[in-house]
Amino acid sequence: MLLSIDKVQKSYPGGRPVLRDVSLTLDHGQTLALTGESGSGKSTLLHLAAALDSFDGGEITLDGTPLSPLDDAGRAVLRRRSVSLVFQQFNLIPSLTVDQNLSFHARLAGNYDPTWGSHLAERLGLSDLLGSFPETLSGGQQQRVAIGRAMAARPKLLLADEPTGNLDETASANVLDLMLSLVVDTGAALLLVTHSQEIAARLDRRVHLAGGHIQ
Amino acid sequence: MTAAIVQALLSHWRTHRLLLATLLIGIALATGLWSAVQAINAEARASYAQANAQLALGQFDELRDPAGDIPLSRYVDLRRAGWQVAAVLEGSYRVGGRNLRLMGVDMVAYPALPAVIDAEQSTNPPDPADILTAPGRLLVSPDLAPLLREQNALPPILTTTALPSDVILTDIGVAETLLNKPGAISRLVVLPDQPHVLPPLSEIAPELERVGPASQIDTAQLTDSFHLNLSAFGLLSFAVGLFIVHGTVGLAFAQRRGMIRTLRALGVSIRRLVWLILAELTLLALIGGALGLVLGFFLAGALLPDVAATLRGLYGAPVTGQMSLQPEWALAGLAMAVFGTLLASGHALWRLSQLPLLAGPGLQAWRSSGSRRGFTGIAGFALIVGGVVIYLSFGGLIAGFILLGGLLTGAALLLPLLLSFAISQLARTAQGPVAQWVWADMRAQLPGLSLALMALLLALAANIGVGTMVSSFRLTFVGWLDQRLTSELYVTATDNQQGREVSDWLRPQVDAILPIRSVELEHETGPLFLYGVVDDPVYRQNWPLIASASDVWDKTMAGNAVLINEQLARRANLWPGDDLQFSPARALKIAGVYSDYGNPTGQAIVSMQQLNLISPGVETRRFGIRMDPGRAAEMAQTLRTRFDLPRQAVVQQAAMKAQSLAIFEKTFVVTSALNVLTLGVAGFAILTSLLTLWTQRLPQIAPVWALGLNRAQLSRLELLRSVLLAALTACLALPLGLVLAWVLLTVINVQAFGWRLPMYVFPWDWIVLLLLTLLAAMIAAALPALRMLRLPPADLLKVFANER
Amino acid sequence: MNVRTLLVVLLFLFPVASWAQGYADLGGSAEGFDVPQRGYQFDFPKDHGPHPSYRIEWWYLTANLQGADGRDYGIQWTLFRSALKPAETQSWQSPQLWMGHAAVTTPDTHYFAERLSRGGIGQAGVTAQPFEAWIDEWRMAGLDFDALTLSANGANFGYNLSLNAQDPLVFHGDAGYSVKSADGQASYYYSQPSYAVEGVLHLPEGDVAVTGEGWLDREWSSQPLASDQSGWDWFSLSFEDGTKLMAFRLRGGRGDFTSATWIDAEGTAVALPDGSASFTSLETARVAGRDVPVQWRVTLPDRGVDVEVSALTPNAWMATRFEYWEGPVTVSGSHKGRGYLEMTGY
Ligand SMILES: Nc1ncnc2c1ncn2[C@@H]1O[C@H](COP(=O)(O)OP(=O)(O)OP(=O)(O)O)[C@@H](O)[C@H]1O
Ligand SMILES: [Mg+2]
Repeated sequence: MLLSIDKVQKSYPGGRPVLRDVSLTLDHGQTLALTGESGSGKSTLLHLAAALDSFDGGEITLDGTPLSPLDDAGRAVLRRRSVSLVFQQFNLIPSLTVDQNLSFHARLAGNYDPTWGSHLAERLGLSDLLGSFPETLSGGQQQRVAIGRAMAARPKLLLADEPTGNLDETASANVLDLMLSLVVDTGAALLLVTHSQEIAARLDRRVHLAGGHIQ
Repeated sequence: MTAAIVQALLSHWRTHRLLLATLLIGIALATGLWSAVQAINAEARASYAQANAQLALGQFDELRDPAGDIPLSRYVDLRRAGWQVAAVLEGSYRVGGRNLRLMGVDMVAYPALPAVIDAEQSTNPPDPADILTAPGRLLVSPDLAPLLREQNALPPILTTTALPSDVILTDIGVAETLLNKPGAISRLVVLPDQPHVLPPLSEIAPELERVGPASQIDTAQLTDSFHLNLSAFGLLSFAVGLFIVHGTVGLAFAQRRGMIRTLRALGVSIRRLVWLILAELTLLALIGGALGLVLGFFLAGALLPDVAATLRGLYGAPVTGQMSLQPEWALAGLAMAVFGTLLASGHALWRLSQLPLLAGPGLQAWRSSGSRRGFTGIAGFALIVGGVVIYLSFGGLIAGFILLGGLLTGAALLLPLLLSFAISQLARTAQGPVAQWVWADMRAQLPGLSLALMALLLALAANIGVGTMVSSFRLTFVGWLDQRLTSELYVTATDNQQGREVSDWLRPQVDAILPIRSVELEHETGPLFLYGVVDDPVYRQNWPLIASASDVWDKTMAGNAVLINEQLARRANLWPGDDLQFSPARALKIAGVYSDYGNPTGQAIVSMQQLNLISPGVETRRFGIRMDPGRAAEMAQTLRTRFDLPRQAVVQQAAMKAQSLAIFEKTFVVTSALNVLTLGVAGFAILTSLLTLWTQRLPQIAPVWALGLNRAQLSRLELLRSVLLAALTACLALPLGLVLAWVLLTVINVQAFGWRLPMYVFPWDWIVLLLLTLLAAMIAAALPALRMLRLPPADLLKVFANER
Repeated sequence: MNVRTLLVVLLFLFPVASWAQGYADLGGSAEGFDVPQRGYQFDFPKDHGPHPSYRIEWWYLTANLQGADGRDYGIQWTLFRSALKPAETQSWQSPQLWMGHAAVTTPDTHYFAERLSRGGIGQAGVTAQPFEAWIDEWRMAGLDFDALTLSANGANFGYNLSLNAQDPLVFHGDAGYSVKSADGQASYYYSQPSYAVEGVLHLPEGDVAVTGEGWLDREWSSQPLASDQSGWDWFSLSFEDGTKLMAFRLRGGRGDFTSATWIDAEGTAVALPDGSASFTSLETARVAGRDVPVQWRVTLPDRGVDVEVSALTPNAWMATRFEYWEGPVTVSGSHKGRGYLEMTGY
């Protein structure tokens, strides 16, 4: 099992519990859509799975490593090595060029393959933009860079939080197609948070989050 | 409506207290340092003016004898020819280790003296009979009274607040006894009311010279350059403080942009907003300025005693060490605060007024672009060239300061360009992704930090420059003292007669007796002190000549030539080979120029025979005595007992050196203090800039964090970044500081003091300064780094969340 | 009050008793100073010179002059000596202080000047033989007391005159012992009342050649005033018939004290006791902010004198460090003539 979430609880300071008792598993190469009302805790769950934040109860096991005993540094190492992330916005490091952004995570994880990198850039239609800074790119282009960066490290697990939420329909479809095809090609598992039923329908499984539980 | 807008605008500060505090501290620091310097200058100038008025100096013409004192009979001759003149006898008088100025005036004839009137108006006015007849009375300021009262041999003391603290005023009859100069007069004041017929001076006393008030020594003029120096430093501190203001105001505006957009969308006109913000800024400036005045007042109070000591030591200028608060000063300080704040905010305000209604809230737009960097670079270069051109074409002290200003501001403007270039070069060498990111991030941060770094550059350059100047000066000065103070003992006899006895008694027991005789002459450049020396190897070997003709000592000792000090040489542009005119009738060739530090006036040396020709009546009371240093202390004691000389009349070389060095050290205390303060302000500017940039930081850090760098690593990198930037700036400040030192030594000092010093470099000092800078940068970055360390992941995650 | 005013008040205060501060000093004991004695034998020329052991002394010359056009003028030349201690030393710290006053009065203007000096250094002093009294460039000097030259300068005036005595010296009171109060305070007092004067006045409008008559008073003492006396009115009058009158009134809280000397045409003097002369102010003028009598009735019934004395100009105010009125007068009534009037304490 690549990712196993078991009876996880999470609440923010001063707020009512967001996740009450969430359990979920994801196998290698599987794709899973996570849907739910706005504010239902989708992003929260994704952040926990990505070892970005700590949780209050239950356990999450990522690629065989239980997360709850890890400290800040331990979680950082795990993020570096085992997961790739694509968010809705501000994915990129503004001070680095597209090229540097693309390779950043892979180099950090220590498994950068320049051939694979340039292949990705080509496939994502970014070859002409490599020297540019993120600021100068359109939303769709930025998200493609984010996907490229995520895939450059050949992750076992890709976590994406509404990666096309800020894009118009055409751009959104284009970005999603690219992402799904890359996932399939690399055999990575995907946990995708989305509002869209159509998108959810394209994945192997879908779960719905409501009231702090998986329905 | 206005009230609602004001409330909305001000509500911002409630949620951003730290920013508010930073802004106020910035204004307060700028105003405080500036006002402190102003207060010191004003206080010193007021002291000069008061002293001049109290002693009725510089108002009337005077008669002087270039050859020395005027005999009493000359005074009577003049009086009996109708000339209404008042006799003054003055000299320095040592009491309890302090050198005081004893001024004896003919109280019957002298124009009303404020000091005397003050004493008259006291509850218990002195009896004129007591003042005029033995033992007489001494009038002194209250500070001085206790010291004098301790002395047994002195006449009774009267106090008055209307006298400078280093002056004893008394009747001339008392002065001639205390100074042991019976029947001598230093100068005659020409009183304003003269009879309708008056024989010309040339018929009665042809040897006397009439000197107008303008050509008498004017302390204010003498010390002008010193004050200009201080003012320049005050201005520098002010500018550095304004960097802080600029940064914080810019940030506040950026943060409130959303609010302002909302207000505008609700129908508030941009004009109205700009006016309200102007009013808000003015209010803040007034509050910060008031704080600054308090700061400045205490700072000036703390620095003034040293300044006073410097001015007394260097120029003999009377300055009391006490501060008094003047309303003009406070008003000027507040005006400066408002002016500075608006100046520093003008840019931000202008951009605000230009902002389209629908522009995004992002902070990115706030940053300047690469093309602006190029533009400021060109402007900086132009300023440097402009400063050089102005100095070369005009010269003089003011042009010297313009050169300095051009160099400093020009270099500051060039700084972002240079730093950016340096960072991109360094980035190329970066291997790992983190290193690459750190350099790239640093370069991206430059525009936001550049103002603070400019402040740091200026502070560092000033530190290196002034430090180099002071250290060079000290080194030169100490060496020069060794050359100049060659005699083991210095003796001052009470009169000519005793002088002869002392030298007769000493002659068989010591290696050499070198009489020190001098007379004050008038020269077109001001007073000129002419010294006579006897031919002794000690002069030939040691005297610190900086320019000389061939056979300089042979010519001088033969009476054919004269040596002049550097001050005179530069002021009058006289060098070996030129003639020095003593009087219309008498001139001598200049054979050499010697360095003469710490002395504001012109000086010249001739052979003893020449001095006797030029000024026959000069007394011989002071001697330098060359002897076995081991016996000097014992001899000093013997001299004191045998000739009943006061302690201070026999001084050993070491004591003299210590005293001179003490004066020297005091001279630069203020400059150094201002220097350290400036560096502190620059450090504070870095802190504010970093805090300012903080909100912009999150979107830049969050992705890196999400990709696997933990917060501890990130906060260490935060520190490293600040330290690296400071280190780079310091590297660029070093050459600038050395250029500054060079300008100070070869331009400003020459103009201000009249001497040029060789430049020595002190790399060890630089290392210390560098470490200090890195420490300052580390401290400045510590707060943001700590924040980073403590930052909840949730806050970082918000960056990615779907909200604007 | 500055030091010089104070000096003056303290040191030169004999005529102006209203300055009580200075007066207290002078009116009290003599503090080691000599005191005038009845029956003193004058010794000339020595007594023309200074008497440092007495507290105060003066050489006081006034003259009524006329230009060629008949215009009247008056001049004053006074040298005061005042001693802080009854001694003299040759240095700045001499206790002898000197003050000179000089004035020229025309029918419309009064010019005056003042000089201060101390003794001991030669700036001011008096020698008896040959006679010279000086302060700065002001001089009254001659081989002897009968033939003198006189000069003084101010900012806008000056004079050079010669004086020739026509009659012998006149001794006031009891052979020169002049009593100044009912309590017996006294001074030595003699005059040369009849100098023939000629010379030149230097005035802003030009030099004026003048001739006329001068009167010189010599007086010295150590405690001249009684404690209640506040000022005085002093007259020296020369009548057309050759007779002369010196008369003064010391105004005191306990009543006036008067004294007079009648000098006949041969120069013989007779002292007249307290109460012989009477003085009535007829008219005052506003001068320097005070009401000063400028017209008087002076009577001396013993000698049939009943005259009106009128100032040549009311304007003769000496705005010196201590202020007083001193100017030429004309006399009409039982006797006609000219003279000088001095009034202090107004
Ligand atoms: N950093 C935080 N601090 C406090 N509360 C938070 C924080 N992040 C999220 N929440 C709260 O937790 C709940 C879940 O938020 P979350 O962002 O996970 O929802 P979501 O399902 O992703 O919604 P959306 O579809 O709008 O993105 C919300 O009620 C939100 O207000
Ligand atoms: Mg979400």
